[in-house]
Amino acid sequence: MTAVVAVSAVAALVLTACGSSSKKSASPSSSVTPGGSASSASSATPASSGGGTTGFNAGVDKVFNPSTQKGGTVTMANAGDWDSLDPADMYYAYEWDLVRLYGRSLLAFKSAPGAEGAKLVPDLATALGVATDNAKTWTYHIRPGVKFEDGTVITSKDVKYAVERSLDKDVFPDGPTYFNDNLDLQGYTSPYKDTDPAKLGLKAIETPDDSTIVFHLKTSFSDFDYFAMLPATVPVPAAKDTGSKYKEHVVSSGPYMFATNDLGKEFTLVRNPNYDASTDPDTGRTSLPDKYVVDLNVNAADIDNRLLSGDLDVDVTGNGLGAAAQGKVLADAKLKANSDSALIPRTWFSVINPDVAPLDNIACRKAVEYAVDKVGYQRAYGGATGGDIATGLLPPVIPGFQKMDQYEAAAMPNGDVAKAKDQLKACGQPNGFSTNISYRVERPKEKAVAEEMQQSLAQVGIKLTIKPYPQGDYFKLYAGKPDFAKANGLGIMVYGWGADWPDGYGFLDQIVDSRTIRAAGNTNLGIKIPAVDAMLDKALQTTDIAAREKIWGQIDAAVMANASVLPGIWAKGLLYRPPNLTNMFVNDGFGMYDYTTLGTTKK
Amino acid sequence: MTVPLEVMGSGGDAQPEAVLEGVRAIEGRSLGQIAWMRLKRDRVAIAGGVVVIILILVAVLAPLIVKLLGHPPNQFHYSQVDADRQVPIGRFGGISWHFLFGVEPVNGRDLFSRVVYGSRVSLLIGFLATLLSVGLGTVMGMIAGYFGGWIDTLISRVMDVFLAFPVLLFALALAGVIPDTAFGLSGDSLRIAVIIFIIGFFNWPYIGRLMRGQVLSLREREFVDAARSLGAKRSYILYREVLPNLVAPILVYSTLLIPTNILFEAALSFLGVSVRPPQATWGGMLSDATSFYQIDPEFLFPAGLAIFVTVLAFNLLGDGLRDALDPRSR
Repeated sequence: MTAVVAVSAVAALVLTACGSSSKKSASPSSSVTPGGSASSASSATPASSGGGTTGFNAGVDKVFNPSTQKGGTVTMANAGDWDSLDPADMYYAYEWDLVRLYGRSLLAFKSAPGAEGAKLVPDLATALGVATDNAKTWTYHIRPGVKFEDGTVITSKDVKYAVERSLDKDVFPDGPTYFNDNLDLQGYTSPYKDTDPAKLGLKAIETPDDSTIVFHLKTSFSDFDYFAMLPATVPVPAAKDTGSKYKEHVVSSGPYMFATNDLGKEFTLVRNPNYDASTDPDTGRTSLPDKYVVDLNVNAADIDNRLLSGDLDVDVTGNGLGAAAQGKVLADAKLKANSDSALIPRTWFSVINPDVAPLDNIACRKAVEYAVDKVGYQRAYGGATGGDIATGLLPPVIPGFQKMDQYEAAAMPNGDVAKAKDQLKACGQPNGFSTNISYRVERPKEKAVAEEMQQSLAQVGIKLTIKPYPQGDYFKLYAGKPDFAKANGLGIMVYGWGADWPDGYGFLDQIVDSRTIRAAGNTNLGIKIPAVDAMLDKALQTTDIAAREKIWGQIDAAVMANASVLPGIWAKGLLYRPPNLTNMFVNDGFGMYDYTTLGTTKK
Repeated sequence: MTVPLEVMGSGGDAQPEAVLEGVRAIEGRSLGQIAWMRLKRDRVAIAGGVVVIILILVAVLAPLIVKLLGHPPNQFHYSQVDADRQVPIGRFGGISWHFLFGVEPVNGRDLFSRVVYGSRVSLLIGFLATLLSVGLGTVMGMIAGYFGGWIDTLISRVMDVFLAFPVLLFALALAGVIPDTAFGLSGDSLRIAVIIFIIGFFNWPYIGRLMRGQVLSLREREFVDAARSLGAKRSYILYREVLPNLVAPILVYSTLLIPTNILFEAALSFLGVSVRPPQATWGGMLSDATSFYQIDPEFLFPAGLAIFVTVLAFNLLGDGLRDALDPRSR
């Protein structure tokens, strides 16, 4: 389960905000200025509104151009195409962001700027999940009066059916497998092969009445609320389900519904007359535009050019600008003022392999930590627009993040040669040593990191030999294969990790839990700390959200104290917002603009 | 491409035959001398030859040249690169008196020094791989052509197999699994040796076939018959009678094969299986430049031009050599 099955693809897409020291945030509704005045002006609204400043990063941690003005059409474009518009069959953050326009999952990331956005709030459910049986059983209640676009009232059975069909990976190959992995399926595979007349034969989900839904898990899992946020819980009426063709007309439960849907070309969303905003008090949806138009398979460079010219409102993938447009925006102060650099739940880091002598000695690992030029690491990823210099493994957008600076990454970002030399002495290698650094040959940025580390470590006598490996087999045959890494002396291994959503478990589990280490194909490249394993177990039993989130920060601190991770940068993406858009902000849950709150002054 | 002889200078000293009427006593000229005279008149080929010699000098004297005109090839110059955009601060890719070809984005390495050092890898691999395939091809071609029969059949089939071999894919696969040390070599020298072997070893059938055809006709010539009837040993005939007649095609083919091999090496570097970073290679620099071409297109030029000029120079020289050595082939 957990983070990043589709990592390399998804990861690049997940962008997020936050990161500035100010965690203060304003919800969109609280920061509106009355009437249409704010909406029509792209200029500054008073700072006292809690947001509403203009300029670079005005959409990060605060609302840019707050407004309640309804109407207009928002145009979006996608350089590619959706996995599928079917909520059971989508895995990209932008798809999860936009699906909220036409579907209501049990829970949702709050539509709010700053850290608030990474918090779960009830959407179709009345409250967050209630855990019983040591977090193996989770109960939700459906809000009364929520209707599909045809006016039918939504019941818990529609949600159960939606989850059931998402289990069928033959029909819906692209969605995540969290439910497959965690529900106590007892052999259940798919409602399409279900002998139950109502197609509700899955015993792991009970619907004792129309408003109650109960999930039974195989093992305790305190983070289940995040699964209740997945689009797979968006209700699907069994009678209208056409399997793999359902994507042609998804029955809406959200504020908008499909007016046209020309697969692979364009779809439009218009207001859903049966959506009642009074049943949606928690998510923060504002539903300002009358219409959304989304063009598909548009040339990526065209998208950037149309965004900069104001012809297009949103690059829906949230990928950020391409290299050419990014260069243009950064070089032009006026354009830069319309852009946001948003942190995403991803860290680019290197593992210092404790299997390889002399790095089995913690002092030698610490010498590497101190010696590396972190500014050079940041430059390899594009400088400040590529990300912030990381002082720990956990990205700041993940709840539970704790500030620390164990190896002076913030205090002495160019490296501390004196401290590194002290550590080398303590390690018994006062003149340095030789080891290897591996990276993925297809990734020029990782190559730049390897070359940069070679330069900066040479200052303290640590001699690095650079070894590129193909990324397709990086985990299967090379860096992710402990025997190979040890035999070939891969002392430092460059890579990165991102989470499907900003959550400590999703981010950490696959990269720091030593028990996940197998003979090959590992994503944990050598972090073996028993205390960390124990903390992970403890977190999974902890249903109190605040207590659990605190553990993620403790794990981060323990990993850093062990010096087996050299954090590089906390990744960022550069997003562009045309000035005619209102109520724009980056949602930390998705790492891109929130598509349920924005509006436009263009009619 | 060569200028017709008629327009070259005054007729008097234009043609070797005319020169023979000169003041001094008539003396015989070897084939080599005649070819050299023809070559000298081919200005384009001479230009190519001069560039080739300069390139060789640059490769050999790289440390000195870089010391005088550049910076160490792997040294970072962050001060030359914009911290926000990671592109060179100076115009035209950061070209200045201190950085003659500009600097690399992100780390600011001196592109002049890297091009100069890259020429070492390219030329070394280009020359040695050519030497290997020409040596192998000549030996095998001569054996096949001279002995004929089942030996010819066997060698010819082996050549067919080699010609059908997907060399690039093989090179990619093999270069990916080169160990750190083997055959008493390690690191980059081992990788260069392996690449030379791959390129050289899979290219020999081309010249092998050429040689076989030449030998097939040569062995029927009178002078070979004469040697044979005088009781010369086979090895003597091959080495003393046949081989000298193959020198011209070998020379021409080698000169044309070197740029092909340089291109092949550049392709391997581009795909990231040549020597390891941070060692500069032209192909590797091109590969690095592709990720910046939209924001720093100047980065493409130094390595791209270096490859272009080198390949062009060798080809011009090779064409001129062919014309000079074998005027009938025109």
